[in-house]
Amino acid sequence: MRRSPTNNARIALTVNGETKELLFAPNKTLLEVLREDLGLTGTKHGCELGECGACAVLLNGRPVLSCLVLALECDGRQVETIEGLADDARLHPLQEAFADCGAAQCGYCTPGFLVTAKALLDERPNATRGEITEALSGNLCRCTGYIQIFEAVEEAAAKMGAKESK
Amino acid sequence: MMRAGRFRYVVAKSAAEAAQALADGGGKAMLLAGGTDLVPNMKRRQQMPEIVVSLRQVAELREVAMNGETAIGAGVTLADVVRDPRLRQHGALFRAVAQVATPLIRNTATLGGNLCLDTRCNYYDQNYEWRRAIDFCKKAPGPEAVAIDAVADDGDGTCWVAPSSARCWAVSSTDSAPALIALGARVTLLSSRDGAREIPLEALFHDDGMHYMTKRADEVLTRVRVPHDGVRSTYWKLRRRGAFDFPALGVAAAVRFGTAGVVEHARVVLGAVASKPLLLPESSLLVGRALTDDAIAEFVDATARWAKPLDNTDFLMTWRKQVSKLFLGGVLRELRGDDVQTFPLLARRAATLRNPVW
Ligand SMILES: Cc1cc2nc3c(=O)[nH]c(=O)nc-3n(C[C@H](O)[C@H](O)[C@H](O)COP(=O)(O)OP(=O)(O)OC[C@H]3O[C@@H](n4cnc5c(N)ncnc54)[C@H](O)[C@@H]3O)c2cc1C
Ligand code: SF4
Ligand code: FES
Ligand code: FES
Repeated sequence: MRRSPTNNARIALTVNGETKELLFAPNKTLLEVLREDLGLTGTKHGCELGECGACAVLLNGRPVLSCLVLALECDGRQVETIEGLADDARLHPLQEAFADCGAAQCGYCTPGFLVTAKALLDERPNATRGEITEALSGNLCRCTGYIQIFEAVEEAAAKMGAKESK
Repeated sequence: MMRAGRFRYVVAKSAAEAAQALADGGGKAMLLAGGTDLVPNMKRRQQMPEIVVSLRQVAELREVAMNGETAIGAGVTLADVVRDPRLRQHGALFRAVAQVATPLIRNTATLGGNLCLDTRCNYYDQNYEWRRAIDFCKKAPGPEAVAIDAVADDGDGTCWVAPSSARCWAVSSTDSAPALIALGARVTLLSSRDGAREIPLEALFHDDGMHYMTKRADEVLTRVRVPHDGVRSTYWKLRRRGAFDFPALGVAAAVRFGTAGVVEHARVVLGAVASKPLLLPESSLLVGRALTDDAIAEFVDATARWAKPLDNTDFLMTWRKQVSKLFLGGVLRELRGDDVQTFPLLARRAATLRNPVW
């Protein structure tokens, strides 16, 4: 059994493929460590209580709510945030499709939608509208009315599929 | 911004280590599984454990085994329950778990955490400032009292739902418990003092919003066993929003039919109407006859007394009471094979579940 000291926690956190030794207050959530200790503010801070999906990140490839995960729990796990989505200067097809389809208005919900949709397409490249709706049902958007978001995910899926079959 | 308070973090490597850590903590330690209930509660200062015992590395709790029965580890995530084709045979469990929270939450939330989910109340599930403005309540009576024990002891504070009441009426809001009780599930509890003991799931709960579990604070829930006894089962959930919400009502039923559609075995359970899931004793009225319209109507009338919702959750009380009749009849009609598409709109919505992929 390993005990960490009361004041500071130290873990090795892998974010977007880069592993860092981090020292932080043990009561912090992954969201707080990403934004405050790593300066990765792409992941948004919304309700803090699991209700909005703005804070979604991928943990070992699965979308989770970073506001509900203690950073300490991520020791040795792979975290992927919106900052890791683009391939250097090349946007991810989902990012392009969101821009093309008007799937982002104020943009606050967008990083959460993008990483959640990425996990879906990684697993189901041909996801149906029903599967997209279900997968994104924990991400709230107050601006778009969702339709453009679903369309953007479909467009990205089509593009990614076309590229693969070439 | 709400931050969790300070605590000491312990990583258990086995269920036995977790049990030992709880025993060492003497009531000031709590288990952390997915954290989707505990972390928000810590942020709102509803629960303030001094020691948090992480179950993340306890691999033995994440196993599912099929061996003439189904055994599910307490640490299996709800997403994995939904994905596992072997578990589809337990219709009520699948239906209930697929409707817990959101796909994002189900990726971390566990079955054990869902069974041990804190009870809910409009006067309790609020942030610290909100609760301070009403001078808190019995279940979480202010910071001094809460700080002493991870889960506050009896006594202080008013109940805003029933001010003259000696008890707390916070509502059992777990979706999986009614379903698993209907399925006849048993749970194993492990402590360093007594080793393992197994009880029927319905015996895990108390009808008391504060002390809602019979489980001692030093016990770890390790496993849920579901018999393969040929039942057909389902779960209907009433909630405010179609996408996700805690249940305002949950009805689970499991029925085994013999020759000529005669019912051999039936268990019907109500969730979210009391501080524990209610296994309806009238279920036995269904046994020994076919599920005719008359049999269903008699059952619904006989069970009306149980659905006594209080004014501490969503929707109007009187309306919820009416809906509970509709649902009690509805689950039985579904199990006898009626086409749920012909039901009134509300029942149809509760019965038809989109195909979840996560
Ligand atoms: C926005 C939102 C919506 C939600 N909607 C629903 C809903 O519709 N239906 C529903 O049922 N729930 C809902 N929940 C609550 C919660 O997400 C689930 O109940 C979840 O399954 C809890 O599991 P967990 O592993 O995250 O539990 P945790 O938060 O880790 O633990 C919950 C409690 O169980 C105890 N515990 C955990 N594991 C064990 C164990 N093995 N032995 C003994 N005690 C244990 C913990 O100490 C704690 O007291 C919702 C939560 C949020 C934030
Ligand atoms: S039922 Fe009463 S004591 Fe219990 S949480 Fe609600 S207001 Fe508090
Ligand atoms: S900030 Fe995490 S769900 Fe809203
Ligand atoms: S674009 Fe504004 S919340 Fe979604």
